[in-house]
Amino acid sequence: MAVQVDVPLAPTRRHRAAALFRAALVPALAILTALVIGAIIIWFSAPSNRGTRLEVVVAAYRGLFAGAFGSRVAIANTLVEATPYILAGLAVTVAFKCGLFNIGAEGQLFMGALASTTVGFTITGLPAIIHLPLALIAGAVAAGLWGAIPGYLRARTGAHEVITTIMFNFIAFRLVDYFIVSGPLRDRRASLPRTPFIQANAQLPRFVGPLEPANLTGGQEYRPLIVTTDPGWNIRLHLGFLIALLAVWIIWWLLNRTTTGFEIRTVGANPEAARYAGMSITKNFVLTMALSGALAGLAGAGQALGLERNMKSLFSSGYGFDSIAIALLARSNPIAIIPAAIFWGALNTGKGEMQALTGISSDLIRIIQALVIMFVAADQIVRWIFRIRQAHGEQMVFSRGWGK
Amino acid sequence: MSAQQPPALEVRNITKRFPGVLANDGISFTLEKGEIHAFLGENGAGKSTLMNILYGLYAPDEGEILINGRPVTIRNSADAIALGLGMVHQEYALVDTLTVAENIMLGTEIVSGPLLDERRANQRISQLSREYGLQVPPDALVQDLPVGVQQRVEILKALYRNAEILILDEPTAVLTPQEAEDLFRVMRSLVARGKSIIFISHKLKEVLSIADRITVLRRGRVVGTALPHESTDRTLAVMMVGRSVVLTVDKDESQPGEVVLDVSNLVVLDDRQQVAVDGVSLQVRAGEVLGIAGVQGNGQTELVDAINGLRPVVDGRVCIAEQETTTAAPRHISELGVAYIPEDRKGTGLVLAYPIADNLVLSTYYRSPFARGMRILANTIEEQARKLVKEFDIRTPSIWTTAGSLSGGNQQKIIVAREFSRPIKLLVASQPTRGIDVGSIEFIHRSIIQQRDDGVAVLVVSAELDEVLALSDRIAVMYKGKILAVLPQPEATRERLGLLMAGITDEHPSEEKVNGSTG
Repeated sequence: MAVQVDVPLAPTRRHRAAALFRAALVPALAILTALVIGAIIIWFSAPSNRGTRLEVVVAAYRGLFAGAFGSRVAIANTLVEATPYILAGLAVTVAFKCGLFNIGAEGQLFMGALASTTVGFTITGLPAIIHLPLALIAGAVAAGLWGAIPGYLRARTGAHEVITTIMFNFIAFRLVDYFIVSGPLRDRRASLPRTPFIQANAQLPRFVGPLEPANLTGGQEYRPLIVTTDPGWNIRLHLGFLIALLAVWIIWWLLNRTTTGFEIRTVGANPEAARYAGMSITKNFVLTMALSGALAGLAGAGQALGLERNMKSLFSSGYGFDSIAIALLARSNPIAIIPAAIFWGALNTGKGEMQALTGISSDLIRIIQALVIMFVAADQIVRWIFRIRQAHGEQMVFSRGWGK
Repeated sequence: MSAQQPPALEVRNITKRFPGVLANDGISFTLEKGEIHAFLGENGAGKSTLMNILYGLYAPDEGEILINGRPVTIRNSADAIALGLGMVHQEYALVDTLTVAENIMLGTEIVSGPLLDERRANQRISQLSREYGLQVPPDALVQDLPVGVQQRVEILKALYRNAEILILDEPTAVLTPQEAEDLFRVMRSLVARGKSIIFISHKLKEVLSIADRITVLRRGRVVGTALPHESTDRTLAVMMVGRSVVLTVDKDESQPGEVVLDVSNLVVLDDRQQVAVDGVSLQVRAGEVLGIAGVQGNGQTELVDAINGLRPVVDGRVCIAEQETTTAAPRHISELGVAYIPEDRKGTGLVLAYPIADNLVLSTYYRSPFARGMRILANTIEEQARKLVKEFDIRTPSIWTTAGSLSGGNQQKIIVAREFSRPIKLLVASQPTRGIDVGSIEFIHRSIIQQRDDGVAVLVVSAELDEVLALSDRIAVMYKGKILAVLPQPEATRERLGLLMAGITDEHPSEEKVNGSTG
């Protein structure tokens, strides 16, 4: 598998536009191809009582689009869904840049959420301006440390990060289970295993909406930035979305405009040359995995502090795993993570309406997502279908062989 | 061979365009049966393109190819093999962990039922190796063989597939002079038995000694065809580059100053944890060039890696500019003023996916004027790149072109430009001109001597005797991890060095282990 190579440090505008077009072409066509195959599947699986097959296909995609972008609430839901994808996708991207394959985003996301939630409900009496950043930092640091361990193991012992991060996922899941099912962080008054609700001052506030009723929130009063009772503005979009956008900008800047980013990219592109140029492979592996973990941790923190307000034992629905697909779709370009994550979020939010309108199972969306990943990863298929020539030097290995 | 017989291979008006480049421009030539036809040309002259067209890897835009007088279309390498073409690439296509016999029959296995018939394959291989004087051990693993023998395996592989025309791409680049002689003997026995050979090389002397005819390419066109007995290395070099070239480097007597590099009793292991550098001591003074001659794989790589902090030192010590650096990190060593031109240009010296501008600051990106704090200053990097590209004559469409898309000579100029663009006290250059064109070689040699004259201590490692002789003030010969002798340049004749490179010293005429050093 291969992803788009780096944009050089300071390319000309024309150069950058051309590179952007080349980089976006294959993912865009991969999505198109997957949607066409999805249409064919709908065609053959269309129920007979909903009109002609063509009508069902049209209705399904129309429903998918309406469910994702058809109303203010729908758009907000899509962006809410995209938020953890952006952060976790960024996490996987940063690791790719250093030649590392972080499959541990899911576990890091759990660790981040656990740390943020804990800081969110155990500390009381802090003003929001301190409590919220503290809770976010706790999540990022905990997950960063969690991610740094496989980085260190890789650099020092050669233990491949693909293996260790998968292992660390399971350790994280069980650790979280211990803390919130039987352990000290469980809310004893709750019938389901979960932590207590976070303090109102630790929440990532929604932008607009009504006050959340205290009887549903463990007595906390979660206040949006703008309070309104207008049901058209009852949207869940929270500050985490802006944090995600900010993170994209910071990571782009870090990778492309700093010495740290230059080192990370050089170690990823050619570790031999990096060593020769005096860079430390160990330092960059550990640093990159810590950064990657911290970003995944922020994704978890955002879900906990911005949506759930507590942590349940079944917390994430695979955001960390899907983020690998998003990083592939974005071809490891931090900026491209945003549209890729929104696309993924839109499929998830739109599928309900698609199913309601046409009776096509929402599982079809999983098939489309899988096809997108397949076409992006095996980009030769797309290149062959659309007769696109490979530009010289466009390929980059993003994960090396075992060992070594 | 009757004169009426059609040529084994005839190429008429082959033209191949790549975006922005005319790689082959109306090339025509003939290869007679039983002929060794050499192709000379700088990197980028179009030799590789032409050979790749013959081997079916590229389709020509125009022109035709005739084999034994019949026009043919070669769509892929399978077609080429079926038409009796065999190619030995510069990088061998062998599977290291398989035996010689397995490698040779790979893809054309003789089977009996579902099983390999290794006995019959081995018979065929030993018959071929006897016939052409290509001794190989059929049961040995390829990874255990020296390069010279691996090359024989490649040639056998082609013969095993009934190749009538062999294309040898820079076959002597990795061989010792003695191995090269062996190869030439094999080539002569091949043509004596009616095979035809296309021989690609940069090395003028070799071409003159082995070829029946020499075709010189420049910028995609045939400049001319020469006969060896009517040519000299100078006339060929002029044809190749289009102007007269300095084959020897003009330099004044060296003015050695204080000791800059002091290596004593150094022991270093190779990747397989075997002793590769076995108690080497040497000193290089400011303002002199110490050349290390030796066949590749005698510890030179490990020695320079250790000096530059890229390989751990097991025993002994290294001092650079009066500071002990035995266990220092590469960056510390580079900051003491050490420049390193590594042997593996593409794998170590450059990030091929990066633009030229980034490669030019690969070891200085973190300090002023290229960075302030952690911020990279793109403008100064760009300025630096424009300046160096001009100063070092790096031929590229833009400073944002990736290093990987340049020719070897220009890639090497990037490394030289980068390493010489900061103040240095010691220059370690490992195979500084391997596989690059004559024009670039000349340029790099002059740059190295310029550094010497500016008071830099220079350590040059090269498998090319001519290069060591041209550059060095003193010459050390390395053999099996030891320095056998250090000779002042005037006393170092090719013959004397050649014997030393084979491990033969005056006191020990046989190929035994020799302790200590002479000279």
